[in-house]
Amino acid sequence: MWRAEWMWRAERQVALSSLHCTNKKIQKALISRIAMLHSFFIVNASGDVFLEKHWKSVIHRNICEYFFEAQKKYRRLDEIPPIIHTPHHYLIIVHRSNLFYIGVVNKECPPLFCIEIMHRIVDIFEDYFGDSKEATIKEHFVVVYELLDEMLDNGYPLATESNILKELIKPPSFLRALQNTVTGSSNVSSILPTGQLSNVPWRRAGVKYTNNEAYFDVIEEIDAIVDKSGSIVSAEIQGYIDSVMKLSGIPDLSLTFMNARIFDDVSFHPCVRIKRWESDRMLSFIPPDGHFRLMSYHIGSSNLVPLPIYIRHNIQFKTGASGRVDITVGLKQTMGRPVEDVKVDIPMPKSCINCSLTPTQGKFSYDTVSKVGTWEVGRIDPQKLPNIRGTVQLISGSDTPESNPTLGLHFKVEQVAMSGLRVNRLDILGEKYKPFKGVKYLTKAGLFQVRT
Amino acid sequence: MSDAKYFTTTKKGEIFELKSELNSDKKEKRREAVKKVIASMTVGKDVSALFPDVINCMQTDNLELKKLVYLYLINYAKTQPDLAILAVNTFVKDCDDPNPLIRALAVRTMGCIRVDKITEYLCDPLRKCLKDEDPYVRKTAAVCVAKLYDINPTLAEDQGFLDALKDLLSDSNPMVVANAVAALGEINETSPHPIIDMNTVMVNKLLTALNECTEWGQVFILDCVANYSPTDEREAQGICERVSPRLAHANAAVVLSAVKVLMKLMEMLPSDSDFVVALSKKLAPPLVTLLSAEPEIQYVALRNINLIVQKKPDILQHEMKVFFVKYNDPIYVKLEKLDIMIRLASPANIAQVLAELKEYATEVDIDFVRKAVRAIGRCAIKVEQSAERCVSTLLDLIQTKVNYVVQEAIVVIKDIFRKYPNKYESIISTLCENLDTLDEPDAKASMIWIIGEYAERIENANELLESFLEGFADENTQVQLQLLTGIVKLFLKRPTDTQELVQKVLTLATQESDNPDLRDRGYIYWRLLSTDPVIAKQVVLAEKPLISEETDCLEPTLLDELCCHIGTLASVYHKPPTAFIEGRTAVTRKSLPARVPSLNGGSPSFDASTPGQRQQTVIPNQDSLIGDLLSLDFGSPSGPQSSYAMGSMPPPMTTAGQDLLGADLDSLIGGGSSDLSGHSAGGSGGYGGGGYGGGGGLADLVGFGGSSSGGPSLAAGNTGLLGDIFGIAPVSAYSVPKQVWLNPGQGKGLEVQGSFSRKNRQVTMELTLTNRALQGMSDFDVRLNKNSFGLTPASPLNVRSPLPPNQSTEASLPLNITADIAKQNPLTNLQVALKNNIGVHYFACLIPMHVLFVEDGLMEKGVFLATWKDISSDNEKQFDIHTSLTDADAISNKLQANNIFTVTKLATDGRQLMYLSVKMTIGIWILCELKLNAIASGHTLALKSRVPDIYLGIVEAFQGILLA
Repeated sequence: MWRAEWMWRAERQVALSSLHCTNKKIQKALISRIAMLHSFFIVNASGDVFLEKHWKSVIHRNICEYFFEAQKKYRRLDEIPPIIHTPHHYLIIVHRSNLFYIGVVNKECPPLFCIEIMHRIVDIFEDYFGDSKEATIKEHFVVVYELLDEMLDNGYPLATESNILKELIKPPSFLRALQNTVTGSSNVSSILPTGQLSNVPWRRAGVKYTNNEAYFDVIEEIDAIVDKSGSIVSAEIQGYIDSVMKLSGIPDLSLTFMNARIFDDVSFHPCVRIKRWESDRMLSFIPPDGHFRLMSYHIGSSNLVPLPIYIRHNIQFKTGASGRVDITVGLKQTMGRPVEDVKVDIPMPKSCINCSLTPTQGKFSYDTVSKVGTWEVGRIDPQKLPNIRGTVQLISGSDTPESNPTLGLHFKVEQVAMSGLRVNRLDILGEKYKPFKGVKYLTKAGLFQVRT
Repeated sequence: MSDAKYFTTTKKGEIFELKSELNSDKKEKRREAVKKVIASMTVGKDVSALFPDVINCMQTDNLELKKLVYLYLINYAKTQPDLAILAVNTFVKDCDDPNPLIRALAVRTMGCIRVDKITEYLCDPLRKCLKDEDPYVRKTAAVCVAKLYDINPTLAEDQGFLDALKDLLSDSNPMVVANAVAALGEINETSPHPIIDMNTVMVNKLLTALNECTEWGQVFILDCVANYSPTDEREAQGICERVSPRLAHANAAVVLSAVKVLMKLMEMLPSDSDFVVALSKKLAPPLVTLLSAEPEIQYVALRNINLIVQKKPDILQHEMKVFFVKYNDPIYVKLEKLDIMIRLASPANIAQVLAELKEYATEVDIDFVRKAVRAIGRCAIKVEQSAERCVSTLLDLIQTKVNYVVQEAIVVIKDIFRKYPNKYESIISTLCENLDTLDEPDAKASMIWIIGEYAERIENANELLESFLEGFADENTQVQLQLLTGIVKLFLKRPTDTQELVQKVLTLATQESDNPDLRDRGYIYWRLLSTDPVIAKQVVLAEKPLISEETDCLEPTLLDELCCHIGTLASVYHKPPTAFIEGRTAVTRKSLPARVPSLNGGSPSFDASTPGQRQQTVIPNQDSLIGDLLSLDFGSPSGPQSSYAMGSMPPPMTTAGQDLLGADLDSLIGGGSSDLSGHSAGGSGGYGGGGYGGGGGLADLVGFGGSSSGGPSLAAGNTGLLGDIFGIAPVSAYSVPKQVWLNPGQGKGLEVQGSFSRKNRQVTMELTLTNRALQGMSDFDVRLNKNSFGLTPASPLNVRSPLPPNQSTEASLPLNITADIAKQNPLTNLQVALKNNIGVHYFACLIPMHVLFVEDGLMEKGVFLATWKDISSDNEKQFDIHTSLTDADAISNKLQANNIFTVTKLATDGRQLMYLSVKMTIGIWILCELKLNAIASGHTLALKSRVPDIYLGIVEAFQGILLA
């Protein structure tokens, strides 16, 4: 029933020392309560726990039962609240690409910390293996374990930068696997990565390229809600600057914008010197090597966010049997660029049996299980606006659907950032070479919804 | 070339096969075999049988193989502690390896192996690693100290590792500092005394490291700084300036931790200063940005924003639009957003909000739609200018005839009527059209309330109510009560044509219902109406107080406390950290710092730690019944504080002698002891429980005799009979009679009887050890397993040694409360191991909960009131207490002697109400309401606490104390 471990001498001292301190009025807790990730499970959609990792003592995988119980209560998989309370632990759940990553903590902790670290773990998986499907994780489980071991110790994050990890544990590749088999070497480096403890922990030392290149992708996603009449309920831009750096040595870069005042909020990669941003509105940084997200920014509704596209719609359901759908997509402000990859999601009411819609352009498909119709429009020709129309069959006798569907809109506009953000110049200090520099702009729809 | 192949083998002799492969000569083959073993481990197969073979592979230059073996070792060392020792040599050797990576790996893995023997060997390498030249090793070693402390705190302290860890706070490398902070934070949580002092120097050191360390380290440091209270405004401002750049960090956890620090420090600064205004402006954008992250992050952010909006509504007042719900948000995000939208609703944005809410009310998800409709009602109540628009929106929604929308709308319209009386009654006719569709009790009751309240304006009110009356018996209680009140109101307003109706409902309520509430209300109305209809009118149709504007806000002290915990689980659950039973180790309640009074004045901020101030703030806004009742008695001094009572006291303690004398004396003394004798004879049910049962009456009597002669706990009870009869005996603390915990059969001749008592503010275990063996016993010692209350022996067991055969000895063992807690089932279970020269004996006993009640358990009335309100009524449970005591003072004294303190007493209609507070060693407060029944011998005890698990034990304690 109970395995006791007797540490006679030691425990008595504990007892004595605590007796001692009850005498002094216990003055407590000036440092916060930090408790970190205790264990970690990966569960697939059919409810199998196929990987577990414990950073402290072992918690039996039965703990996941609480999660399965919660899962039963909700209709859709992704509706399980991200934090579940069990009698002794808390489960923190991250849902990504159809897998559930369940972190277990047993004490009060900052949940965002755990969520962030779990997302980071999945990011690293994707970085290493290309995706994070169950089969992929199983296929590379040795590397997965090595990674999990390297990323956290005792539940504290240890090395989470992809740059550092890749030096410690080589990502798998066919060639390396072959080489390992032949030479008997392994994919674990036995040398301590150089960058780990320098003042720029994100960058490894001794980087060398024959062609020095620096690329920036300015990507803006427009999140918007447009109401029935076509007026904008809310619109905001979520922007990112992703970079690819192939620069030798330790370059010190500074990037300036033409219009740096447009941001409502910014968040930076740790390499960016925040002081310089606050004083001069310029990004000054020593970049990590390879791919990374330099900054993300938010432009809120207070600024005018131009929408490149509009939708004219006429959707009606009648009691009894059928409904009519008529949707036209048109161009608004596109800064003279073509709008491409336009796609419209049309969720149909539950009582929908079938819908026969005919587009003037692109193709339409209807998924009878999820009841979502998808119209792949493609590129919009301003001369001849694409239109789709037709009828929807409902189960006869069913009530008229209470609400019309909310349309989801996808598109992309190349070579332009809708907010008008422009990179002015990139300067390099500390190294003598002149790198090749490139900036690309892209605007696409984020959560762009049109109510009908 | 993939690793997936390792998962495939499931043949019969798998373990055997692996064993031979692990012992193969070929390096390559061994490595493959270890991988297979790990794969089996991953999917949950037991491969512990391979332990020695895997350990054999540990000596290798191949780092990958080494890591895999370590991984295996960590998982299985616990099951094979003796074999794990074999690994020690390799570890110690690796700790001297020239490669820092291997040094770090070794010390790290050793810390993860929770086997005592290995831990002993860990000390030397760890000490070396803490001073290693390579920061990578130092930072790993810092974490290892936390691991060691978790396994064996004394060892960690004795060996000076804590001091070494503190030294690392001044390390030149920021990463080492961050890990040292994290490790100290974790140690501090479990340690019984504070590990480091936060002071200006320390904070400065941490803030310097903040700029340079990793994002995770920043979280640790910010959480640490959040607990520091600066000495003055200038320092607070300085810290704010250094922390605020963190708001631009890409990591959401860093952002939220920074928000926490700033929210706390802003309390210290004058709220109208330019600095605070500018800072408030800086806070909004990062919070908004969190809402474009992954849904999980959004959820945590929204729960925290909910707190921030309640504390400082101005920060996000212009950001309404970001809380608009998107069609494909997960439901948990949608509901949170809705809640925040209502909190932010103001005359300036109400039009927009209403349009949105109306949109949501036509969505598919029923829960969400209901909440949206309710939200419209809340907007109407909150923003007066919008009431009209809200009402018309609700009417539109009612026109949709969607069943649940209509019902929800009617419920909220009732509230709107109460808030704005005589304004929107014109819509009643529309409401009445939907009478037939109502099937939920809430909606029905609301509708009936409306009809009753406005009976004079509804022509066919009598017909409508009569139609409800047809199915009276099948209705839910809520509807029945409402129907009764509604019809009485109708009668008072239109007495001429409703006499028959009111007669009917009164008959139904008083004669045909077995619901006491309904019956009582029926009788009250009946008597009122038959005595004086004018007075009845005054009572029933009295002007109602207006309902408050803000509903479901958090209670201010809780809100302040939660603001200190932004970004933690407490903030997600909106419960104080003390409610988390697992982490309840001597938690101090945090509160926002009071603003340091300065010359330029400003409003004094609210500080929860000064009860006087709190009382003032809490009392005026009482509205609950309990509050009203309690406040009647405010100002009068609470019950006597001393544990000696002067009044007439029934005998608190019965000695064996009384029982032997029999019933005659019992009748003299009063019912109390006859109850007791009944109890001791049979081991009465309610009080039985595992340990209390006892055998025959005689055994119990002997037990009593034994304890009264030797047990110091009964010293007070030994006063003569005469004294007892005259009731002048001092009221002593109740102690449970000794039970046989270990019988000689199981204890190899050792018999243990024991009980618990509370002496000198300490829990004491009273033991009677009897040697029933043929040889002497010596070398007694006692250990307690981890238990729910952290009880550990405060001193070694002091027993006459050797104990000759057939002799017994008394021992009393004071117990300490430590933070080392493991929840037991049942909660009061305590596992004891008693060692003597013959062997170690294990047994379990139950701790009577009253010994855990501490002496400073008297709660301030105001605090009591606030806490009572604050604790959800779900946590309230009622129990029956059987005792013959009926005098409130006597009960109060008796309870007080056992650290159950009377906060206040009230008498209403011959029934006495007592409000009691109890504080337990583990810092849990229990609030009790004891309803005394004058006639019957059973009282009703209602308990309220944040930790309902303990109720059973508390009730047992009450029962025991009052019966004794």
